[in-house]
Amino acid sequence: MSEMRFTKDHEWIKIEGNIGTVGITQFAQSQLGDIVFVEVPAAGKAVKAGGDAAVVESVKAASEVYSPVSGTVKEGNAALPDAPETVNQDPQGKGWFFKIELADPKELDGLMDQAAYEKYCADLH
Amino acid sequence: MTMPTTASGNRGLQLEQGLIFELNTPGMTAVDLPPAPKVAERLGGLKNTKAIGLPGLSEPDVVRHYTRLSQKNYSIDSGFYPLGSCTMKHNPRLNEKMARLPGFADIHPFQPLSTVQGALELIDTCAQWLKELTGMTAVAMSPAAGAHGELCGLMCIKSAHEANGQGHRKIVLVPESAHGTNPATAALCGYTVEAIPANAEGRVDVAALKAHLRPQDGKMEIAAVMITNPNTCGLFERDCIAIAEAVHAAGAYFYMDGANYNAIVARLRIADLGVDAMHINLHKTFSTPHGGGGPGAGPTVLSAKLAPFAPVPMVVTAGSGFDVEEHAGHGEARQSYGRMKGYHGQFGVFVRAVAYMMAMGVDGLKQASGDAVLNANYLLARLSAELTPAFDGPCMHEAVFDDRFLKGTGVSTLDIAKALIDEGVHPPTMYFPLVVHGALLMEPTETESKATLDQFVNSLLSLARKAKSGTAEAMFKASPQLAPRRRLDETKAARKPVLRWLPPAGNHEGNGDTKREAAE
Amino acid sequence: MRYLPLSESNRRDMLNVIGAGSVDELFRDLPKAALASARFTLPTTASEIEVERTLSTMAARNLNCGAAPSFLGAGNYRHHTPASMDYIIQRGEFLTAYTPYQPEISQGTLQAIFEFQTQVALITGMEIANASMYDGATACAEGVAMAARLTKRTSALVSGNVHPHYRDVTATCMKFLDVAVECLAPDPTGVEDLIGRISDEHACVVVQTPGFFGHLKDYTALAEACHAAGALLVVCVTEPVALGLITPPGHMGADIVVGEGQSLAGPMSFGGPGVGLFATREKFLRQMPGRLAGETTDEDGRRGWVLTLSTREQHIRREKATSNICTNSGLIALAFSTHMTLLGEAGFTRLAQLNHAMAVTLAERVEKLPGVKLLPNAFFNEFALRLPKPAAGVVEALAARKILGGVPASRFYPTYPELANVLLLTVTETNTAADIDALVAALKEVLS
Repeated sequence: MSEMRFTKDHEWIKIEGNIGTVGITQFAQSQLGDIVFVEVPAAGKAVKAGGDAAVVESVKAASEVYSPVSGTVKEGNAALPDAPETVNQDPQGKGWFFKIELADPKELDGLMDQAAYEKYCADLH
Repeated sequence: MTMPTTASGNRGLQLEQGLIFELNTPGMTAVDLPPAPKVAERLGGLKNTKAIGLPGLSEPDVVRHYTRLSQKNYSIDSGFYPLGSCTMKHNPRLNEKMARLPGFADIHPFQPLSTVQGALELIDTCAQWLKELTGMTAVAMSPAAGAHGELCGLMCIKSAHEANGQGHRKIVLVPESAHGTNPATAALCGYTVEAIPANAEGRVDVAALKAHLRPQDGKMEIAAVMITNPNTCGLFERDCIAIAEAVHAAGAYFYMDGANYNAIVARLRIADLGVDAMHINLHKTFSTPHGGGGPGAGPTVLSAKLAPFAPVPMVVTAGSGFDVEEHAGHGEARQSYGRMKGYHGQFGVFVRAVAYMMAMGVDGLKQASGDAVLNANYLLARLSAELTPAFDGPCMHEAVFDDRFLKGTGVSTLDIAKALIDEGVHPPTMYFPLVVHGALLMEPTETESKATLDQFVNSLLSLARKAKSGTAEAMFKASPQLAPRRRLDETKAARKPVLRWLPPAGNHEGNGDTKREAAE
Repeated sequence: MRYLPLSESNRRDMLNVIGAGSVDELFRDLPKAALASARFTLPTTASEIEVERTLSTMAARNLNCGAAPSFLGAGNYRHHTPASMDYIIQRGEFLTAYTPYQPEISQGTLQAIFEFQTQVALITGMEIANASMYDGATACAEGVAMAARLTKRTSALVSGNVHPHYRDVTATCMKFLDVAVECLAPDPTGVEDLIGRISDEHACVVVQTPGFFGHLKDYTALAEACHAAGALLVVCVTEPVALGLITPPGHMGADIVVGEGQSLAGPMSFGGPGVGLFATREKFLRQMPGRLAGETTDEDGRRGWVLTLSTREQHIRREKATSNICTNSGLIALAFSTHMTLLGEAGFTRLAQLNHAMAVTLAERVEKLPGVKLLPNAFFNEFALRLPKPAAGVVEALAARKILGGVPASRFYPTYPELANVLLLTVTETNTAADIDALVAALKEVLS
């Protein structure tokens, strides 16, 4: 199992084989506050790296979730729309948004590792 | 502090009141009607055979219901309402009386025009005031609200570009500090939005704006620039004439959002600023009531370049009287982009605004903008003793503070606002404009006395000192404690929305057939 | 000036605190040239009695509908409103409050909106409704835009029985969103075929009940045909009193119901302000425009209401919002809701029955007039007639006899000669038997 990689927009992706699992980070959920609504993509949807893939909303904020990589969505997390609070409780585990089949694994090289992302967040304060 | 409990749940004058659906006496009505003539129905088999599900109440119960509800509301009539960018000024009752004259209230939009010449004269009077005050060529009277007026202005702009072979322009520039309606309106008009940053003093960064106005790949893509002036930071855009010149040089149009026109009314004519279109919120500048969220009106003044594209209907003079051009493509409306509102616009709002204009006169309006700006600067000066102003003064009609004065106290802008409720004041606008961190935006308006302002200042200074003392965080987090309700759970409301009353499970009559699951 | 509380000495004291020499100094950011060129040719301040005199004179130049037998409709209806309704909406706590952004001190407005949303859902037969739109015509445009978002399609089919202002406002707004609006020709005889025209490119079909020319139609088969094509059915209601008697759109399969609440919400006021009604199915909630009040609890566990799901709206979503609407028509929605509460189920259905019975009474008499044809077979309180001569002239001749005798279709369709003789007549509970006698007698004279 590979380690997580991170985007500047606070998404994470974890790779197993050619499939990546995508969600938003602990930092992102803490900034949004109580999540009240989540929309996940349907299987088969083609997305580009940096393109809109899902939606996450708190009471006062709405945000797109961008895909860290290009590819085809294999599965949206069907449990999330009925239990959006999962994103607050376990953002980097059960609160994943979708799984994607990578079109170009080289895109992962442009993402941050855990240490780089932690430094990136610290600098935002 | 612990509140005493009561058997009824009432607290003295704070009376609890259930939903009308819970007060139902089946068959009861508060409206008696004469008997219907006996005839054979001609409904073609479309008579509803099911119960609707409406509750029955008597007249005294209905009057008490709404009286109790009203007592749970804060209002301008009851106290100071310094909600920034909303202009909560006194609503004269003369306006209401005039709107209820039978000759204004009890007339139909499609009576023969010969029987409504007074109504057309009223619309024309309102239009003449707005044109004279702004120096603009024309005014579209039908937009129903500020955001609707923005749409009118951008529709005129898009129509003008198309008529001039400039239909490829697809971008509208909007400052970061803009009200959310600006980008939403541009999107509704089929435009994409590019944000222009503010400079350190809270105004449009003119250099950044000019950089956006350069052609891309040899093509000019910018259709219009929308700028609120005075802006949402309560500051006048000093460079607006230079901005207008740059916008025009690029072949684009200058839309000025008139949400804050009340600060400058009767002091200058916006035509002299190079404006092509601006909406005027009659429910702000001209004192018509906000009504708990409308109705308002947003007539939109237009430059000579945009006037030909104005929407129908248009009141026009005809001989010694008035006529209405109701159809695009004819007469004065031959280039009109069409209709955007039913009938003749917000006529009842026009009557109220005209009553106010006549009462104030041009001298009164000038005094009003002067007093509005004086009151705001007085708040800015006195509150600076404890709060941190976001920008250097003077401000226009509203003053904005950031949350630096709360740093390290554990108390937030929201907490200050909620504590103000217990002081008997409606909180200022919070967290807007977005470009000011933890913003508190206060608009006192000209209809507040010095004594009212002093009381507000003293309350707020005392709260600021309490917050800084570091000993009152719990009090702030628990506030308001004295209002009809304490803080409400907005997360719960949004996660499992309950948007209507449903009969208790098992008792399911009536038109509504929502599944019960939404209720819990 | 009586609306301005500051005295001259207040102003001096305040300028001292600010550290400015004059009020003009506070305006120093305004361009000097523009300040210098500002000249206004406008009246100066006037006393209350002077304003009343001027405006009362202007108002008296109109023939008000209370001063003449009046049979006007076409989307705006004259109904009796209970005295307590106008009293309630003039309470300052409702009249002079803002949008309920601070729920702790706005529970009155919020609970009233929640009750309004429920009433609108009940009478339309839909699952949910919003806190109101500007008016029926703009609500119709918003309904079509919502259907386009939901279906991701870019064309709409509008029946010739839809109010021409609703059609025009929709066409205007959709033109700017690149949604093609196909408007069928006006249909006074009620024979148009919509089902045969639906394609799988339509986002929605828009119809009206009762129709603009008065027809009552069953739209159940149309709804099924829409759904089979993946389109939505949008139903307009310009006269909600009808919903006290006829099958509501929700029971015929409507997906979105839009309408005008004015007829139950107070005076006609020359057509504005009104209140737009907007109801839909729960599954479409996220794409519904406009404000919503929702139920929740406060920190003490007491029931209360808040504005909710605001992430659909412009102040959060900005250019991605469902609409740019900000203000709605709160006070008129309150008037509507208060009137509905006063009526209750019994009063609402009786009011509708009375309207229909009065209209049938008039219809039975005018259809016997020589050369006059009643166009709809089934109607509520309004119907179109084909007259033996142009309706506009007839209406003018009736006005000369101090009777406001309906609305000529040519007012809306000046370029359709086949509609020149069509007249719309409406009867409500405000008409008396004597009014009907007067109209029939005058029509006989004018048509002979």
